[in-house]
Amino acid sequence: MESEANKILDEVTQGDYKYGFFTDIDMEYAPTGLSEDTIRYISNKKNEPEFLLEFRLKAYRHWLTMAMPKWAHLDIEPINFQDIIFYAAPKRKRELSSLDEVDPELLATFTKLGISLDEQKKLSGVAVDAVIDSVSVKTTFSDTLSKHGIIFCSFSEAVQNHPDLVKQYMGSVVPYTDNYFAALNSAVFSDGSFCFIPKGVRCPMELSTYFRINAANTGQFERTLIVAEEGAYVSYMEGCTAPQRDENQLHAAIVEIVAMKDAEVKYSTVQNWYPGDKNGLGGIYNFVTKRGICKGSNSKISWTQVETGSAITWKYPSCILMGDNSVGEFYSVAVTNHHQQADTGTKMIHLGKNTRSTIISKGISAGKSNNSYRGQVRISKNAVNSRNYSQCDSLLLGSRCGAHTWPYIQVDNKSSIVEHEATTSKISEDQLFYCQQRGISAESAIGLIVNGYAKEVLKQLPMEFAVEAQKLLSISLEGSVG
Amino acid sequence: MLLQIKNLHAGINGKEILRGVNLEVNKGEVHAIMGPNGTGKSTLASVIAGREVFDVTAGEILYKGKNLEALSIEDRAREGIFLGFQYPVEIPGVSITNFLRTAVNEIRKFKGLDPLPGGDFLRLMEEKKRLVEITSNLTNRSVNEGFSGGEKKKNEIFQMAMLEPMLAILDETDSGLDIDALRIVANGVNKLRRPDNAFVVITHYQRLLDYIVPDFVHVLFEGKIVKSGSKELAIELEEKGYDWIKKEQEA
Repeated sequence: MESEANKILDEVTQGDYKYGFFTDIDMEYAPTGLSEDTIRYISNKKNEPEFLLEFRLKAYRHWLTMAMPKWAHLDIEPINFQDIIFYAAPKRKRELSSLDEVDPELLATFTKLGISLDEQKKLSGVAVDAVIDSVSVKTTFSDTLSKHGIIFCSFSEAVQNHPDLVKQYMGSVVPYTDNYFAALNSAVFSDGSFCFIPKGVRCPMELSTYFRINAANTGQFERTLIVAEEGAYVSYMEGCTAPQRDENQLHAAIVEIVAMKDAEVKYSTVQNWYPGDKNGLGGIYNFVTKRGICKGSNSKISWTQVETGSAITWKYPSCILMGDNSVGEFYSVAVTNHHQQADTGTKMIHLGKNTRSTIISKGISAGKSNNSYRGQVRISKNAVNSRNYSQCDSLLLGSRCGAHTWPYIQVDNKSSIVEHEATTSKISEDQLFYCQQRGISAESAIGLIVNGYAKEVLKQLPMEFAVEAQKLLSISLEGSVG
Repeated sequence: MLLQIKNLHAGINGKEILRGVNLEVNKGEVHAIMGPNGTGKSTLASVIAGREVFDVTAGEILYKGKNLEALSIEDRAREGIFLGFQYPVEIPGVSITNFLRTAVNEIRKFKGLDPLPGGDFLRLMEEKKRLVEITSNLTNRSVNEGFSGGEKKKNEIFQMAMLEPMLAILDETDSGLDIDALRIVANGVNKLRRPDNAFVVITHYQRLLDYIVPDFVHVLFEGKIVKSGSKELAIELEEKGYDWIKKEQEA
């Protein structure tokens, strides 16, 4: 019976990655490898002000003193940073006044990914910043948004047009000294998205960034900075894919969010980097530092993530709850299949009074994969009357995968309450039989059961993303029933 | 003939449970299978549905004249075999609506039909809910999650109404039901009876048969059908108890 079950699981989770195509675009590259010259090359290419070059060089020098972290439950091949190209950009003039000037190959790529960069054809009302390899190729709806005083543009444009804002906030939530990959990103980041919502403005549409790694042997290092002033609101979505390649590619990003008094930022990710093939060959190494600070009172930051891709995921979207009564949320579904490894979770750092945080984590492991939740809840002495609720569930498909939970909890006052619940379950033969007896195939049954299991998290996603995420969950587990 | 079981032997982990079952069911008929606990009633239902934990060691099951052996669980269901479960399993987070819509459309696909449009599906659900006297909020809940025993069984009957099977096997659907729930379940079955379908009702007690009147009653004992008769057999069993069968078998 076990073998029968494993056979079905295998069939369902052996599906292919459908975004694995490569687009042939005329590119320009930085010389392979990492040195101060590489950093000067990038900074020069981007015509950056002096302060940014200084920031990069300081980060690089600091990075040289650091070692790759080993505490995660991940088995990582050593990364040779001298083999990586740190800057790759489609060869085109930077200033694009209309869509006609975007390389048709690039447009075709995004159309293939289901993302329309044509504002006329875009009905769903989502503004998109499209980043391919190291640069942003097009940001839609910038004009519409600017009428509300909202700045939504690529990071490079922000550096040119709003250097003061960049200088004020960049590195204020994730300093370059934070960790190995944050230091690396700070040294070599090439582009990303910048978003500024002024006081009292509720952003009228969903903002989204779409990241695509295309070129071979390159790493992608983007930075996103979101600032919501007092009373502002924004919902932000991020999606990502990459071609299918036999070698591992590095992605090390930083996302920083600042929420002032009464502001709310909702950040949703559907991460679908190439996960490698079913034998564990290739795939993206995804080392990301995401952190938000609830700076003002009554502010709120909510992270929702659906993680299905990458060979390795190392990611802990966190909230620093500094303002009194501020709220942090983390909703996560992480799927691992074949030889994928994920070590993901969150940190909720309670500093202000009456701060509240919620953590809902749903891990799904199939194949020979390993899926770990790692979370820290820290309630400081001054964070009186604070609350945290954490729920960490693991679902196992088959008997060769692993699920692990590592909660770290520290409470330094007596008036706060912390709750942690964890469960581990398997899709039972009873459930499969019940579905099949109603005429539902094993594949569909697993899709149904997994989506049901992840429902609490999926319902947090904006509508535009929820449907995609549901499909992705089923596809990610194709070929895994067993 | 809809179902023909010939000398069926089946078991689990090398232990034989069914030891030569013979049964014939025609369209338009209702058969009751009775018997003491542990004689193989549920095993028989599971084997007809194709549950893989059971091994068929001898004999055959013909359905609409075709041998079921090579047919998967889902294809048997799509061909019109329905099993009402004794212990329906919970599927957290999956609404009954979503679950049934998936089932209905996979069955339609198997038959070469297009998926049922959303509006038509909802109308069909409303119609069937009325038929089996189900309150409206049940279908928004997750499949069997937090359902009472009675709600679970009503949900089984509702699903049967939605899927309109040719052959419905109800495995102790009456167990654990109070008299009102029992009546609703039985009414559902009676309303769904048609000249072109058939029911096999597995029950431990005669009580259900006051509401669903069978054409034939069979007694399953130690893996074999040892006695068959009309509905009077059920009454006789109720009076004399299963010891009567045991003694007859030992004699």
